[in-house]
Amino acid sequence: MYDTGKILAGLVAFIVVATFPLWFTNLFGSPSARPVLELPKGEKKCVEDTEYMRHWHMNMLDQWRNEVVREGKRMYVSSDGRKFEMSLNKNCLKCHESRAKFCDRCHNYMAVDPYCWDCHVTPTGE
Amino acid sequence: MDESRRNFLKITGTGVFGALWGIPVLRAVGKAFESSPKALKAKRWAMALDMKRLGRDDVRAAAAKACNSAHNIPDLGIAEEEVKWIWTEEYEAAFPTQVDKFTPEQMRKQPVLVLCNHCDRPPCVRVCPTKATFKREEDGIVMMDMHRCIGCRYCMAACPYGSRSFNWRDPKPFVRQGIRTDYPTRTKGVVEKCTLCAERLARGENPACVDAANKVGGAGTIVFGDIADPNSEISRVLRSRQTVRRKPSLGTSPQVYYLL
Ligand code: HEC
Ligand code: HEC
Ligand code: HEC
Repeated sequence: MYDTGKILAGLVAFIVVATFPLWFTNLFGSPSARPVLELPKGEKKCVEDTEYMRHWHMNMLDQWRNEVVREGKRMYVSSDGRKFEMSLNKNCLKCHESRAKFCDRCHNYMAVDPYCWDCHVTPTGE
Repeated sequence: MDESRRNFLKITGTGVFGALWGIPVLRAVGKAFESSPKALKAKRWAMALDMKRLGRDDVRAAAAKACNSAHNIPDLGIAEEEVKWIWTEEYEAAFPTQVDKFTPEQMRKQPVLVLCNHCDRPPCVRVCPTKATFKREEDGIVMMDMHRCIGCRYCMAACPYGSRSFNWRDPKPFVRQGIRTDYPTRTKGVVEKCTLCAERLARGENPACVDAANKVGGAGTIVFGDIADPNSEISRVLRSRQTVRRKPSLGTSPQVYYLL
């Protein structure tokens, strides 16, 4: 074999460059700051458990809009029996007063951009 | 033997794991949805419009204004891009089949208040590819689900009454009465129309145009109610007075009646 050394060096160099994002962030990067959410004052519990809301609120809102517009039902009975109007502005944003300091902070961090606000204009104008 | 036990364990294992994943989904499905006890209900909503009283400009204007402000309707100031849920047509445009060469000019030009007819056989519903527009079987309202509208405009071609409007641009800057946040606006690229104020019925109120017209024009200017109930006011009015409907020969069976 000729040039074994050169080929090996080339391969090593290639791997180092190609995996740059992996080792660089692990060795030198710091984890991006988790967003600080402004939670409602004076309220203790969300519509459902916090854990559940964190994971499933998008599915919940999707189901809500179908119930409201397609089934004509506007009242949600939560698993612990409390009643809520199924609405973005008249429910979620009543407790979570500032969309920018709650929904948006998490969404920006997670890089999701719901288009709902194009129509459902936020009461605080955010 | 050994081989099949191995397979059995594999399949059961996957099944149990899969079921565990499903638990949160099942929890979401288990919840209850209700309508408000105050909600107005009917088997078949319909409207009867008193043509004579609605000939008055102030009565029609009040009805349209109430609707426009209830639903964040923009005023674009461009005729071809107009968004309209309830508006005024001349008699000869609203009732082309009622006009002939002897119809006097003054009658042809008489203003008529028009809106979505909430047809019994709505052609818009038949052509909608996403079921964004659909007929509510429980009360006959021809609804519009903005979340599903893809803006194809088949429904606009199908509707013989011009009751549907397309948003050619973002309507928000043109909501001149100020945007209210208890009802959503719309975006560029969706079709909209009168929903018979489904959101007001759900909280126990009449449609906005009905209350406004009756306030300015006197009780009975617009009669709104359940025509499936023979004792309702609207059923009695329709039995006792002569009525016309728009383009009845098309077979759409409009549920907005005009009292002569
Ligand atoms: C094209 C405009 C438009 C967009 C975009 C839109 N909506 Fe809606 N939404 C409406 C309209 C119109 C209604 C009917 C309001 C009513 O009847 O009270 C509605 C009703 C709802 C309702 C129930 C009533 C209320 O007050 O909230 C929910 C919940 C809802 N939408 C959620 C969503 C979510 C979540 C998104 C984004 C994923 C979204 N919508 C995007 C127009 C829109
Ligand atoms: C009755 C007031 C109230 C309403 C209405 C409400 N929330 Fe909450 N929500 C709260 C409170 C309080 C918390 C914090 C709970 C805790 O500290 O564990 C919370 C937490 C959350 C969280 C988790 C935040 C985190 O810490 O990760 C999400 C997501 C959320 N809400 C979304 C929604 C959505 C979407 C709606 C509308 C469907 C809604 N909430 C309606 C009061 C409310
Ligand atoms: C704890 C973080 C967090 C908070 C707080 C939060 N969200 Fe979300 N939301 C998410 C994530 C993550 C997704 C994306 C889920 C996915 O893509 O599967 C999401 C998705 C959504 C979607 C669906 C978007 C789409 O395009 O389908 C809607 C609607 C939504 N959120 C509404 C809200 C509202 C309203 C609030 C405030 C009341 C809120 N969220 C607060 C994390 C959050």
